[in-house]
Amino acid sequence: MIAIINGKRRKLDVHPMKRLLDVLREDCGLTGTKEGCGEGECGACTVLVDGVAVDSCLVPAAQADGCAIVTIEGVARARSGRALQDAFVKLGGAQCGICTPGMIVAALPLKAGASLDEIKTALAGNLCRCTGYLSIFRSVQAGLRPSREALRPTRKTRVKGKRANAR
Amino acid sequence: MGRAVGANVRRKDGDAKVTGAAKYIDDISFPGMIFGATIRSTIPHGEIAARHVKLPGGFVVADYHDIPGKNYVALIDPDQPCLAEHIVRHVAEPILLVGHADRPRLIGLEQQVSFEYLERAPIYDPEASDTCFKRISIDKGDLDRGFAEADVVFEGEYRTGHQEQLYIETNGVIAVPGDEQMTVYGSLQCPYYVHKALVVLLGLPPGRVRVVQTETGGGFGGKEEYPSMLACHAAILARKAGRPVKMIYDRVEDLLATTKRHPSIIRHRTGVTRGGRITAMDVEVVMDGGAYATLSAVVLSRGVIHASGPYRCDHIRIRGRAMLTHTPPNGAFRGFGAPQTQFGIEAHMDRLADEIGIDPVKLRELNALKPGDTTATGQTLGKDASALPVLREAVRRSGFREKRRKWRGTTRGIGLSLFFHGSGFTGGGEVKLASKASLELTARGARILVASTEIGQGTRTMHAQIVADALGVPFDDIDVHEVDTDFVPDSGPTVASRTCTIVGKLLERCARDMRKRLGRLSPADYFKKHGSFTVTSQYEPPPNLLWDDEGYKGDAYGSYAWGCNVVELEVDPATFEVRPINVTAVAEIGKAIHPMMAEGQIEGGTAQGLGYALIEEVVMRDGRMANAQLTNYIIPTPLDAAPMKVVMLERPYAYGPFGAKGVGEMPIDGPAPAVINALRHCGYDVRSIPATPERLMNAPRQKAEGKRQKAG
Amino acid sequence: MLADDPTLTPIAGCTDVLVGLHFGTLDKRRFIDLWPLDDLRGIRLVQDKPKGLSPHARTGGDKPSGLSIRIGALATFTDIIKSALVQRRVPMLVAAAREVGGAQIQNRGTLGGNIANASPAGDTLPVLSAANARIVLRSASGERVVPFNDFYTGYRTSVRQPSELIAAIEIPPIDGRQWWRKVGTRRAQAISKVMMAGVRGPEVRVAIGSVAPTVLHASAAAAVLSRGGSIADAQAALRSEIAPIDDIRSTGDYRRQVAENLLAVFWKETR
Ligand SMILES: Cc1cc2nc3c(=O)[nH]c(=O)nc-3n(C[C@H](O)[C@H](O)[C@H](O)COP(=O)(O)OP(=O)(O)OC[C@H]3O[C@@H](n4cnc5c(N)ncnc54)[C@H](O)[C@@H]3O)c2cc1C
Ligand code: FES
Ligand code: FES
Repeated sequence: MIAIINGKRRKLDVHPMKRLLDVLREDCGLTGTKEGCGEGECGACTVLVDGVAVDSCLVPAAQADGCAIVTIEGVARARSGRALQDAFVKLGGAQCGICTPGMIVAALPLKAGASLDEIKTALAGNLCRCTGYLSIFRSVQAGLRPSREALRPTRKTRVKGKRANAR
Repeated sequence: MGRAVGANVRRKDGDAKVTGAAKYIDDISFPGMIFGATIRSTIPHGEIAARHVKLPGGFVVADYHDIPGKNYVALIDPDQPCLAEHIVRHVAEPILLVGHADRPRLIGLEQQVSFEYLERAPIYDPEASDTCFKRISIDKGDLDRGFAEADVVFEGEYRTGHQEQLYIETNGVIAVPGDEQMTVYGSLQCPYYVHKALVVLLGLPPGRVRVVQTETGGGFGGKEEYPSMLACHAAILARKAGRPVKMIYDRVEDLLATTKRHPSIIRHRTGVTRGGRITAMDVEVVMDGGAYATLSAVVLSRGVIHASGPYRCDHIRIRGRAMLTHTPPNGAFRGFGAPQTQFGIEAHMDRLADEIGIDPVKLRELNALKPGDTTATGQTLGKDASALPVLREAVRRSGFREKRRKWRGTTRGIGLSLFFHGSGFTGGGEVKLASKASLELTARGARILVASTEIGQGTRTMHAQIVADALGVPFDDIDVHEVDTDFVPDSGPTVASRTCTIVGKLLERCARDMRKRLGRLSPADYFKKHGSFTVTSQYEPPPNLLWDDEGYKGDAYGSYAWGCNVVELEVDPATFEVRPINVTAVAEIGKAIHPMMAEGQIEGGTAQGLGYALIEEVVMRDGRMANAQLTNYIIPTPLDAAPMKVVMLERPYAYGPFGAKGVGEMPIDGPAPAVINALRHCGYDVRSIPATPERLMNAPRQKAEGKRQKAG
Repeated sequence: MLADDPTLTPIAGCTDVLVGLHFGTLDKRRFIDLWPLDDLRGIRLVQDKPKGLSPHARTGGDKPSGLSIRIGALATFTDIIKSALVQRRVPMLVAAAREVGGAQIQNRGTLGGNIANASPAGDTLPVLSAANARIVLRSASGERVVPFNDFYTGYRTSVRQPSELIAAIEIPPIDGRQWWRKVGTRRAQAISKVMMAGVRGPEVRVAIGSVAPTVLHASAAAAVLSRGGSIADAQAALRSEIAPIDDIRSTGDYRRQVAENLLAVFWKETR
């Protein structure tokens, strides 16, 4: 297969039914994309294929042939990529971090200023067991409007009573 | 300085995690590495009568004969074999190991490897089991006198199911054999548990075993004891193959074979006066331990100590037992027995309130533990006993009373739970552990050397904050050494809400000692003049902390964190689906070292607790998890996330670092009973979790107008 | 190609196929990739073939009669959600598509795959049943059109020949209010325990999933409602039509009770 992976053209000699996930991890050395289930449930393996979020554990190599693929390693090159990454660090969107690559990639196609509902819908296929999702929503909201203010190292979470939540 | 503690500094591990650079176990390989798989029993109980192994060349095969040391997973009791020899006690018990250089070749080996069994009758009901792993009794005062003082005696039975930790990264390790040493890399919480298990299994001196933690994609207790088993397997294969061996479970194997939260049966008989004062508490706790002892004894211990809830009562009897059943061993899971028993007491409290016709908040206010009161084990609480403050804060913040009135008879319900959680190992546990922590002076600051693992909760960051402030240097000048048993001392396991309050305290002491030695010099100046040095400190119990393990009396924990949850929910009367619409979580945790990370623990733990309460169900059929796939064992998704209001209160604990107590586990104690109490408010009398729609449909319905329930 | 070698398995979005391969429940080793066939992808209006069309169809507002909506088998759930045409004419299909899996599954899973996979829990199936849709099957020898309600012959079996592909789904104009409800216990990534699609017009149509070996066109219950019978009578009729079972996800009792309850909700909400 031939694909543009994170902006680089790659020619790979793989079985057409090999999972894109394995192609990326084993043949391209891009281990940032994670496997949490292998059955399309967890979204940890999310990548963009021609700009569309897919579970790479459910895409055979043949169907990625000729496509442009973005993985977490290539996110920083995308429009809101770096801001999303930074927001996940600053606002607690990443705890153990295993779901994080998939979360960030799934959030990438969202428009700047997306509503909370749009964010939830975009991330509906991504499971996180650490955060309870709220800090992920906050991170995505902030990452999608990368104004200085939203990303200043915050003390938004305040002790003794400050309401600290996205809603 | 003094600016890192209490501030939301940038996580040390953050950047690597958001760029995909962080290396988890499956992201790592070694030259010549092969892959390993486990062949497991398919029956719940029986004797292995014959083994049929027909594998072509290229496979490495190992069984119990290949174990050079002792064939058990060293933990508490030496009862669990690393590889079954003659008897199997549960489905998915490891029998044989197979290695191959080509990963796909390890799939579908059932054709080539099979066993014949002489089956024995399995036991699934813990109350029908004749094998008890552990019994614990707690007695306080005179129970008969307590019941004699009561106007009403009220009983109830409550049940909780299994729960799967469901870390998104499955279990995995790599064993690398060397001339001198066996090294195991892995996704794990407790490097020294794994180290100990390997030493026993391999029959090697401690210096010839090395354990290194790789970035760990969630644990929640699920990587507390199980990695010892997996590390032993990989090491056996690696020894035999003479090559590095990687073993990563797929999700199905992880669900089928690894530990879950203990199911429990909790029975209460409570004496109470008409006015609502509790005079006697008689509690029975039965835990289903699964097929081997693993950590059941300590899970039970924490369970029984929390079984009477955060309430004052002079006459208490608690009887607990952990029983064998022929199901995969249950083990550590965030909360460690306390979520089960506090579900029991908190569900019981609302029924009790109904019974005597008083408001559930009032009943709790009347009985909540206050400073100076004694717990079930007779521990006298200090000034930081915060049951009442958290209760009042939660009631006020959530508008509990008004919603309670307004929603009566509607499809909406509101319920609360009050709970506490001891920080650190129970009783004499910390003294026995005698944990160590070290701090090494570096050219720009200091390097932390501890065995405490980062599993997402922010260990590295939080420890560095404590050290930075105690040493008086900027946060960024503190490094954290990789968790590698060749370098870091044994700081004990990363469990039991102890990483901040116990190990953090050790580090604070190291830093203060280091500061003394530096005098006025900055670390950099001192380093230039004199070079590096290392300070180590070892656990010492706070003064006057006494524990009697025989009588189960005394100071069970150095400190307790306190919590109150209010859950608002809506029930769809057509489908019995429950949607949490709002959660208020108030937690008193001493001091929030990193408020955002502490909040993250509370939000995450609460979400996990809501899953436990409502949808997470392990369906056991013939001793086997029948729904061992993520499609069928369902956890909350982003669309299920309920908005949450987190409020943290701080009442410093004198012997915690900067006053901090533990926060990791407590958040999962409260959601389930709050949910059940909210369901009761909408008229559904459920006494077991998960309260699935199917269960709700069959639950007795109460009259909407707060009619009293009869005892029973 | 399929005509030459019917042992080839067609693959579309692979959201079922790769799961099957991963768990070893699918032993097929040879595949034919439909994904690049763009002519199976579009959504457009086609001149209706009067055969099988409800006699009640009438002209009205934005529902031009005589025109059916034709959805290519390779249309993904996302394509359906975004299609103004489907939004306008078959909103219940949009509602069903929105609740399939999560975004990634919606981006890849296809309508054709959902039908061909033939799971009793396939979410679009009750919608297509209640919509009186038609399936366009294509083989080397040409096309044939099968009413959706005659498509399945039993648990995971259908009239489709191995040499045939699903080319498209045609949905005639729907006269009446459309209603959809999925019961899956969590709000995304859920396999349905029960789902119901309903059309309330001059003719009432109700279809239910996960309560029988295949999607169930509840004609008896619908007939009671069509002729103005009571909800209780309709529920009684429904009870005799469905045969839900216990499995690891739910119980037969629950499915039966909820199906009955949903019938009442459908009736109330489309009043
Ligand atoms: C995590 C996850 C969540 C899911 N959630 C839902 C859900 O909520 N609701 C739901 O209904 N389904 C769900 N599914 C199932 C699946 O996504 C759908 O059934 C989807 O519509 C299948 O389409 P596909 O294109 O991916 O099919 P494929 O996997 O490509 O194929 C499925 C089957 O259909 C055959 N096939 C495909 N296209 C054609 C054609 N044009 N002609 C003839 N045969 C064909 C294939 O040979 C195969 O047997 C889920 C799946 C996953 C992995
Ligand atoms: S690994 Fe692909 S969705 Fe879980
Ligand atoms: S951060 Fe651990 S699973 Fe999401």
